Amino acid sequence: MEVFQQLINGLSLGSIYALIALGYTMVYGIIQLINFAHGDVLMVGAFVGWFSMTTLHMNVFAALVTAMAACAMLGVIIERVAYKPLRNSTRIAALITAIGVSLFLEYVMMYFVGANPKAYPDLTGFMAGSFTIHGVIIKNIQLVIIGISVLLMIILQFIVQRTRVGKAMRAVSQDADAARLMGINVDNTISITFAIGSALAGAAGVMWGLYYISINPLMGLMPGLKAFVAAVFGGIGLIPGALLGAYAVGFIETIAKGVGLSTYSDAVVFLVLILILIIKPAGLLGKNTKEKV
Amino acid sequence: MSDTATIGKDILTMANVTLNFGGLSAVSDVDMKLQVGELVGLIGPNGAGKTSIFNLLTGVYPPTSGKVEFTRDHKVRNLGGMKPHAICWAGVGRTFQNIRLFRALPVIDNVMIALQHNVPYSLANAFLHTFGYGRAEKQIREESLELLRIMGLEEDANELAQNLPYGKQRRLEIARAMATHPVLLLLDEPAAGMNPAETADLTELIGWLRKEYDLTILLIEHDMSLVMDVCERIYVLDHGVIIASGTPAEIQHNPAVIEAYLGEEVADA
Repeated sequence: MEVFQQLINGLSLGSIYALIALGYTMVYGIIQLINFAHGDVLMVGAFVGWFSMTTLHMNVFAALVTAMAACAMLGVIIERVAYKPLRNSTRIAALITAIGVSLFLEYVMMYFVGANPKAYPDLTGFMAGSFTIHGVIIKNIQLVIIGISVLLMIILQFIVQRTRVGKAMRAVSQDADAARLMGINVDNTISITFAIGSALAGAAGVMWGLYYISINPLMGLMPGLKAFVAAVFGGIGLIPGALLGAYAVGFIETIAKGVGLSTYSDAVVFLVLILILIIKPAGLLGKNTKEKV
Repeated sequence: MSDTATIGKDILTMANVTLNFGGLSAVSDVDMKLQVGELVGLIGPNGAGKTSIFNLLTGVYPPTSGKVEFTRDHKVRNLGGMKPHAICWAGVGRTFQNIRLFRALPVIDNVMIALQHNVPYSLANAFLHTFGYGRAEKQIREESLELLRIMGLEEDANELAQNLPYGKQRRLEIARAMATHPVLLLLDEPAAGMNPAETADLTELIGWLRKEYDLTILLIEHDMSLVMDVCERIYVLDHGVIIASGTPAEIQHNPAVIEAYLGEEVADA
């Protein structure tokens, strides 16, 4: 039964990682940038959700949508202000800028809300409940997290595969210059990618708050890093890779905790990442392609 | 659809166009004029700057100096300051010398992506389109299939572009360029790497497309038989400078061209 308990825990944790990892991998896919500020967008989403629920007395779902919208805008602003001017500079310049944006978001938030953790309001009604099947405790909030995450992933899949925006995104990720010459507005496509990825991070932030209660301005660091690991794990730039990696990281982490390695669960995650990268340097689903010269 | 009234009018005018990279001059002081409905060749030795001219015309590089004007429906646009996607929307389509398909996407998607600019979207309505796109999507798919049929690629619609044989990839490039609804089509060595039979087919196809879609075509090509066969006028470029222009017959007998282009072989003979 212990295995099933960890399975359900890993599934809900993995769902949150998946939403974050999708944003990482989409941005990498389209402009080859590791957006280290992505975890902090999650943090902003968590605070927007918290503010919406406590001060504005919104219900959970309204707060979730508000956080997603706010993060989508934040993502677009970050891209336009910080990354777009560097599009033709070296990748290291953009990477360092991303770290700068990350610190900026953390400490601006700290300026406004202080460094002390804030608490999400108590869950009420259905979401506060839980039930037991054969000794496995399932909290309703876990089901809500899994459900919302899967719904968002289906919507994302629809956007990427079936809409013209999605087609433009895939074209730009293949060959931005050719896409431009085929009439695709590459700047808008990149902005939309940031908007979608950031909205998913915002949703993840609210669900993180609902699940773990405590939020603070530096909270984005660890989930951001884990989701980055997840994206690399599955093969960065690949959406199925991000999903696979995120659930793998979620399971590894909860299993490590389940067998009494709570203190070392993060270390176990990174150890497995190192092993995977030694065996398959491009990630689980990545193909090894030679850099074109 | 160009009405007959515009036949004989200029569609493209390049005046004193220069493109410098640092101290290096890729194109210098080029004058070129294309009239509506013409099929014009652009030839020259390797590195003469032919592809640079295509890049100037499609906004990849803005000209260092000079004027590039594109006229459509009596509206004159200065291509020099426009972004590539806007130039594409204005009606200039192109193919690439070194094939640049969306390799990991299906053949049909390559064409559909190029077609969808006909319904331009902004950041805000992109998401709204998502929920009302059914009919437009169907129309785009049907037109894409039609283009694939014309180019003899309908059987390969669901194949990944990278799995097509070379000759078919070249045809797909043309299908994709046609999907942008150009009035001026720039073909960059469309027959490169093709065998004589394939080249003959392609020549016929280009002629057919031109009539069917009222195209004006500017063609870069190394295959002399193709150029001399189909082009009405030819510009010869060498070291970024136009050294000759005229009908194929005039070009074949122009001493400057023979020296620049065939020089050594003639000298040896």
